[in-house]
Amino acid sequence: MTQAPELPPLHMRRDAFDPTAELRAIRETAGVRTVVNSFGMKVYLVTRHDDIKAVLSDHVRFSNGRPPGFVVPGAPPVSDEEQASARAGNLLGLDPPEHQRLRRMLTPEFTIRRMKRLEPRILEIVDAQLDAMENSGPPADLVKHFALPIPSLVICELLGVPYDDRDDFQHRSARQLDLSIPIADRLQLQRQGYAYMSSLVERARRQPGEDILGMLVREHGTELTDDELIGVASLLLLAGHETTSNMLGLGTLALLRHPEQLAAVRDDPDAIGPAVEELLRWLSIVHSAIPRITTTDVEIAGVHIPAGQLVFVSLPSGNRDPGFIGSPEILDIRRGAIGHLAFGHGVHHCLGAPLARMEMRIAFPALLRRFPGLALAEDFADVAFRSFHFIYGLKSLEVSW
Amino acid sequence: VRVHADRDVCIQAGNCVMTASAVFDQDDDGIVVVLVDDVPEDEQDHAREAVKLCPSQALRLAL
Repeated sequence: MTQAPELPPLHMRRDAFDPTAELRAIRETAGVRTVVNSFGMKVYLVTRHDDIKAVLSDHVRFSNGRPPGFVVPGAPPVSDEEQASARAGNLLGLDPPEHQRLRRMLTPEFTIRRMKRLEPRILEIVDAQLDAMENSGPPADLVKHFALPIPSLVICELLGVPYDDRDDFQHRSARQLDLSIPIADRLQLQRQGYAYMSSLVERARRQPGEDILGMLVREHGTELTDDELIGVASLLLLAGHETTSNMLGLGTLALLRHPEQLAAVRDDPDAIGPAVEELLRWLSIVHSAIPRITTTDVEIAGVHIPAGQLVFVSLPSGNRDPGFIGSPEILDIRRGAIGHLAFGHGVHHCLGAPLARMEMRIAFPALLRRFPGLALAEDFADVAFRSFHFIYGLKSLEVSW
Repeated sequence: VRVHADRDVCIQAGNCVMTASAVFDQDDDGIVVVLVDDVPEDEQDHAREAVKLCPSQALRLAL
């Protein structure tokens, strides 16, 4: 059994909302430095806004794929066959043109126009969740009653996953990306998730519904293998749970700590659009984009990186780079930080960004209008952050109203 | 000012539509469509911003 480390790797360390001074020091000095990732591997950490954009734009020299024989130290051996089936359909592990082939099957489901059509349904889901929260408190855990169920319900409906199964898949998705859990256990959770999604794919093959799984089977069923369908759907389910929910929880806490800005989001309907962008920038919940591997010798910020090396880009650091934006450490919801990197950049730019934006634009004002007296019901110093999680957020948040 | 969009390179992020909805739209597949032959003067700043923000560098301005 592996002992959980006391501190997460450098690029994941935070002081409440803020990236640590160590990360800033790298950005202000060399720009790129080697650090050790959670598996004890040497990686090159890129910290400046422009350098991050350059890396993420260049899928030829910075690949998402993994060369044959690439293994993570400490991971239990996995057969080639299982590895291939686990990688199929995972857009984040593919480079163009294979990546583009799969992404284009999904993008019609995430256009801005499609999101507009979803808006009334998201409003209903948010209202029902706020009703349930009102009936169960105060106080109440905002993560359990608001931040997690809203995106969970939305992605389940969109994808065609029964919400009644949520206890299992929410448990899995929360633990799969938690570094304090031994890698063998996480692999086991991944296997369980694969088996579950495989049962849903089998059902969709027989009886395709009016959801993304059904659409993929109807329109692309012959060109997609079962493993690809399982991979795509598993990624969407995981991404749908672990991203917007953390933004909703952490974003609410950020607003509670900035009462004037909270009041603006609550009272001014024009404030929410820019506020969502600024919260995305300032919180940057995804610590690092999927690690890239250099396919050739490269140079970033004057630092030489040989071929075959892992490159991490720090999204929080890039989003707080004074070369990108003035007073980067300050949360200012009025500026609507256009050009932030919270959704990434390049061909892997978040597929669900329009959905995430729509959910946040509806949910934050709805919460604050329902509970105009919303307040923290625990000491700020006691708030439980997800310190070891690939995606930053809160474990829980006690609130009253 | 004209704007050129490479529909093969587009990854359908939709950022251009958010930034300059008078200049860009998405078709049913989410792929960028340029709405105007010539970008009106009061939309040129938005169009420039959209070109800069495009995650897949599918957009380019031409004089």
